[in-house]
Amino acid sequence: MSDTSAKGRLGALALVAPLVLFLAIFFAWPLVSMLKEAVSDPVGSRAFPLTAAVAGDWDRQSDPPQELQQAFIDDLRAIDDQQLLGDAVRRLNSAQNGFRTLMGRTMRAVEEQPQGPIDLVEVDKRWADARFWRAVADSTNPYTDRYLLAALDYERDASGRIEALPAEASANTAILLRTLGIGAVVTIACALIGLPYAMLAVSVEGWKRQLLLGAVLLPLWTSLLVRTAAWFILLQEQGLINDTLMSLGLISRPLPLIFNRLGVVIAMTHVLLPFMVLPIYSVLLSIPRNLMPAAASLGAPPWRAFLRVLLPLSLRGVVSGSLLVFMTAIGYYITPALIGGAQDQMISSVIAFYAIGSANWGMAGALGAILLVATLALYAVYGRLSADRAGGR
Amino acid sequence: MRAANLVKLLFGVLAVVFLVAPLVAILPLAFTSSVFLTYPIPGYSMRWFNELANANVWRMSIINSLIIGTGTTLLAGTLGTLAALGLRNAGLILPGLFRTAFLLPMVVPAVVLGVGMQVFFVHLGLANSYAGVIAAHSVVAVPFVVVSVTASLAGIDRRVERAAASLGAAPFTVFRRVTLPLALPGILSGAVFAFATSLDEVVLTLFVAGPNQRTLARQMFSSIRENISPAIAAAAFLFIIGTLLIAAVALLVRRRTERLKQQVVEV
Repeated sequence: MSDTSAKGRLGALALVAPLVLFLAIFFAWPLVSMLKEAVSDPVGSRAFPLTAAVAGDWDRQSDPPQELQQAFIDDLRAIDDQQLLGDAVRRLNSAQNGFRTLMGRTMRAVEEQPQGPIDLVEVDKRWADARFWRAVADSTNPYTDRYLLAALDYERDASGRIEALPAEASANTAILLRTLGIGAVVTIACALIGLPYAMLAVSVEGWKRQLLLGAVLLPLWTSLLVRTAAWFILLQEQGLINDTLMSLGLISRPLPLIFNRLGVVIAMTHVLLPFMVLPIYSVLLSIPRNLMPAAASLGAPPWRAFLRVLLPLSLRGVVSGSLLVFMTAIGYYITPALIGGAQDQMISSVIAFYAIGSANWGMAGALGAILLVATLALYAVYGRLSADRAGGR
Repeated sequence: MRAANLVKLLFGVLAVVFLVAPLVAILPLAFTSSVFLTYPIPGYSMRWFNELANANVWRMSIINSLIIGTGTTLLAGTLGTLAALGLRNAGLILPGLFRTAFLLPMVVPAVVLGVGMQVFFVHLGLANSYAGVIAAHSVVAVPFVVVSVTASLAGIDRRVERAAASLGAAPFTVFRRVTLPLALPGILSGAVFAFATSLDEVVLTLFVAGPNQRTLARQMFSSIRENISPAIAAAAFLFIIGTLLIAAVALLVRRRTERLKQQVVEV
């Protein structure tokens, strides 16, 4: 079965091939098409193919050459797909205001004179302005960095320089920072609970350890949706937590626990805590049990033995767990969507909004690309850490 | 020392309560007779389970979840098991690369994958189809199958297979009569994980499924969002019971493996 002959090698490849093929089609290809959406801008090149062919010859500074103008007129004559024309006008108008009326007038002129050259400046004075020609020429480039720049709140000005968007139009950096912030708070909360929890689980034996581990595994096995629904029930205004606190007389009116940041952090900490506890637990298990008594016998008080022996040794587990929690947290969608308010939505919600709510694939793709790169980078660090651990033993 | 123990006990109890209490708290609400998802419960009834069984949206979503879950289990189970068998073969080139590639779907954020699938499935003609949803769920379920089957294959003593081969069994016979029965528990628990993953999947479903492929999880998601009712608690109850059943199956399977291995050792 495990021969390394050519036949065995081929057999092994044949066994993994179906899954490789499946993931190539249904996993890799979708990610590639998402990345492509982030940089593609196909409308102009599809609507104005002749213009696209000559646009590269123009330096964008001098007056637009005659052949560019003629190519554009020929393109307008050839276009018969009204949907495509509408998309192209919208695309041009988003780059340069005024194209909607300009194109309406130009199309009428082109229809009236189906042959020969037309003096476009005579049709509309705006065609004498190089900015409009620049927008036409730029729109024929099938690739764009517009969405990626907009995802980070930048844009290109008329001369192509990259500049920051005005403050009132820049929401994405704030959401990216918020995503990282919520991820960090959840990671810290998980570490603060997870480290002592794992230490406690290692320090006890028998049913106590089983109970502690079971309490971590049960939520891990339970549907994420059920856990989120459960927190919804607990945190709501007439929820169990508020009712209990009020009947104990600790508070006189319900605390706002849901549709805010606190609720999101509580629910996400609950959901992600197992990913912190389990790596720390497995690291702690591998620490020889006689180290702490050894430290004590050498005269270290318990707190000192903890700080100097156990904590440094368990740090690797904390780092692994933190990476895992943080990486998962920044991609979360369901919990913030159901427990959070409008001010607690993370990058995934914005991506979903662009993709489902407004069919803006370019922005969805650009923000998705940022999230994907961040996640894969964190995963690479995590993989390196666990490989070190496996190799170091 | 006693104070330290008390702190430990208190922390342990609080942490366990934090982890488990939400899951316990939602269960009784499945049996409430009220239309509100709040305590105290005025009376007990099965009305919300009736709602799940009889209201069209809920019934359809349960049926859809079963169809899509079964499809995902078969597809991801087959692909994952074959791949795990291939990974075990020492002759495979670049095993580390393949292993990493097979685990990547667990890492990529669901929303990112969802956007890509939505764009791509339209080109493929798979948008709003059962096949599309099953393919999407299989992508995220297959790592669990690979991990589970790989683990159970790693536990098989190679000498048993070599003994069978040396006694004249053809490679396929060795596989069918020796490897497969020993790996079966891992394959089954992988299949269970695949089904559970499909059952719980919301985000990809949101992107690739049409109104006709609305699953139970998807239905729960939108009803928590739009019109929260105890039907959610009843659905959650079914999920938790399902989880306990899955855990029981996993436990039984592990027992069985250990017994099988015991037998092999004794032989």
